[in-house]
Amino acid sequence: MKISYNFAFFDEGSKREIRRASLKAVAIPGYQVPFASREMPIARGWGTGGLQLTLSLIGREDILKVIDQGSDESVNAINIKKIISKTTGVKLTDETNIATLIQSRHRIPELPLNEAQILVLQVPVPEPLRVVEPSEFITKRLHSEMEYSGAWLMLFEEIMKYGNMATGADHPVYVNDRYVMAPSPIPRFDNPKLNYSKALILFGAGREKKIYAIPPYTKVVSLAFDDYPFEVENFGDKSCKICGARGVYLDEIIDEEKGDTFYQCSDTSFCINRLNKVAIDEGGEA
Amino acid sequence: MGYVAVKGGTIAIEESIKKLKYERLKSKKILNVEDIRGGMRGLIDQVMSESSLYSEELAAIAIKQTEGNSEEAVFVLRAYRSTLPRKHYTKIVDTANMSVERRISASFKDIIGGQILGASYDYTHRLIDFDLANETIEEALNWVREFETQDIDKEGNTELGKLPKVVDYLRKEGLIQNCEDDNKQPSDITKKSLEFPSQRSERLQILTRGQTGAVTSLGYAALRAYGSTHPTVGELRVGKLDLYINNPLYSSDDEEEDFYIGDISVTEVESFIPNMVKKKQGKKELEFVIGYGICYGQNETKAIAMSILDHCLETPDDRYPTSNEEFVLYHIDSVESTGFISHLKLPHYVTFQSKLDSVRKTRKEK
Repeated sequence: MKISYNFAFFDEGSKREIRRASLKAVAIPGYQVPFASREMPIARGWGTGGLQLTLSLIGREDILKVIDQGSDESVNAINIKKIISKTTGVKLTDETNIATLIQSRHRIPELPLNEAQILVLQVPVPEPLRVVEPSEFITKRLHSEMEYSGAWLMLFEEIMKYGNMATGADHPVYVNDRYVMAPSPIPRFDNPKLNYSKALILFGAGREKKIYAIPPYTKVVSLAFDDYPFEVENFGDKSCKICGARGVYLDEIIDEEKGDTFYQCSDTSFCINRLNKVAIDEGGEA
Repeated sequence: MGYVAVKGGTIAIEESIKKLKYERLKSKKILNVEDIRGGMRGLIDQVMSESSLYSEELAAIAIKQTEGNSEEAVFVLRAYRSTLPRKHYTKIVDTANMSVERRISASFKDIIGGQILGASYDYTHRLIDFDLANETIEEALNWVREFETQDIDKEGNTELGKLPKVVDYLRKEGLIQNCEDDNKQPSDITKKSLEFPSQRSERLQILTRGQTGAVTSLGYAALRAYGSTHPTVGELRVGKLDLYINNPLYSSDDEEEDFYIGDISVTEVESFIPNMVKKKQGKKELEFVIGYGICYGQNETKAIAMSILDHCLETPDDRYPTSNEEFVLYHIDSVESTGFISHLKLPHYVTFQSKLDSVRKTRKEK
């Protein structure tokens, strides 16, 4: 029994259905559009929402980049790249600036994106109010009524308990002054990149069967209070041990032998590019 | 040191996949797909039911590929199912026409057509049969030949394709409400994602696709303490259903023109559950309602548990989580639950770093 798959895995009808949901998402920034999420050859929770978006959008001319928590070579990124490349044969790249389609788990690349690019983010929990309200039926109503006191109270309680907003990644944002949205668990560091982004940003939650979007040039504000402003992660004066970059998101790494801590760029492609540039500047071969 | 985790992932992953294949083959035995099909009926039935794809052959290949790991086998089949276009829909099937292989009732001793025990583990002692360790194909063939040629007592002479339903008896007595067949097109949760409040057809679809263990556990919880249901199995049937589609070449209302596309084997359960109804002037009366369960293959526990949960969701009781449709329907799918739990194995370096930052900040400023 030999079976071959269609271009980009899905049948054309399925792709069209997903694109239709994406268009609706673009038309209503920040609103979670339900869609008939398919089972994929990778596990639910491993980026099936993002994968479905990517497969529905990808054409033969596209150049694809996939990153997992900043890394082009992490298990999830490799896995997704493999299945897309196997079913489409499109060109793959690590370079942020030449990719036309970027699928990412939990990071926005350090290099600013442009209008010709689409960023697809994988979302585990699309509902920003889920922590305060378990029921989908009720959260849907809260969104329609713009009843967001639950989200504000959550932040307020953190300030009361811990002295400041103690959200980790996935700090909620206001999109286009209308919907409160979970930015997928990108670190707070990446939240400002959503605001007036030049690239279209699509969010896919496969298991929860939702698609949502931030169209280009949309106002996105992280939830905060006047007296407790929104703060990104602070790495102080730390820099990347490999390329020396500052002011980027860093991974904290423990040295096996010495037991001390050092830091390294989370965006591996950014890091390697800097290294190559240094090598060229010094006259060596890249 | 120095170049930690920047490069090298691809090669490591390829090697891991090779190691997995090696684990399947290292004992230098190849499991024949036909052998799996012939001897693993229980696993095949469970996998077909949870993947909602009826194909013994594909299920057997999936089981081989995943070394008998049912969650992985279901996963493989579901992913394959995503690529299949819907070409036809079968005509409405009436389970009264099931060609019955097993049929029991726990409600009535004597049912029209009789209790038919069929094949079941219920009446066996669960003792390990050590002889199976050395079973030979000759012995097996002899046994089968003997079994197939034995005289069958023709006395019963029941037509197994037209057995009356036990529920009809209660209907005649007026103890169960008569209702019209609801033959409108069911909604399909794989075509349109679930929204609440859900429809019954959606609930039944999710329950029948549910992971066997999850459906059983929640059904058990409802039965033991977290539900107000105590059902009696009115009728449990295992047998084959014939499937037909409309003539694909030209449309015709003539049943003679329908195309027969094969049969599927199912387990069907109708549970009877007492229910209070309010009558005029505050009078109360008891009647029975039905909890319905059906699934591919022979999987009786799952079908009964499904009938319990169907009832819990049909007549919800706010005190119990088993009556909460979001609680039940969102958490019993094998691919969804195993996927999300296993995603915890993915790197969370960035998100955890962000949380570390918050935790450190709260320490510093307090």
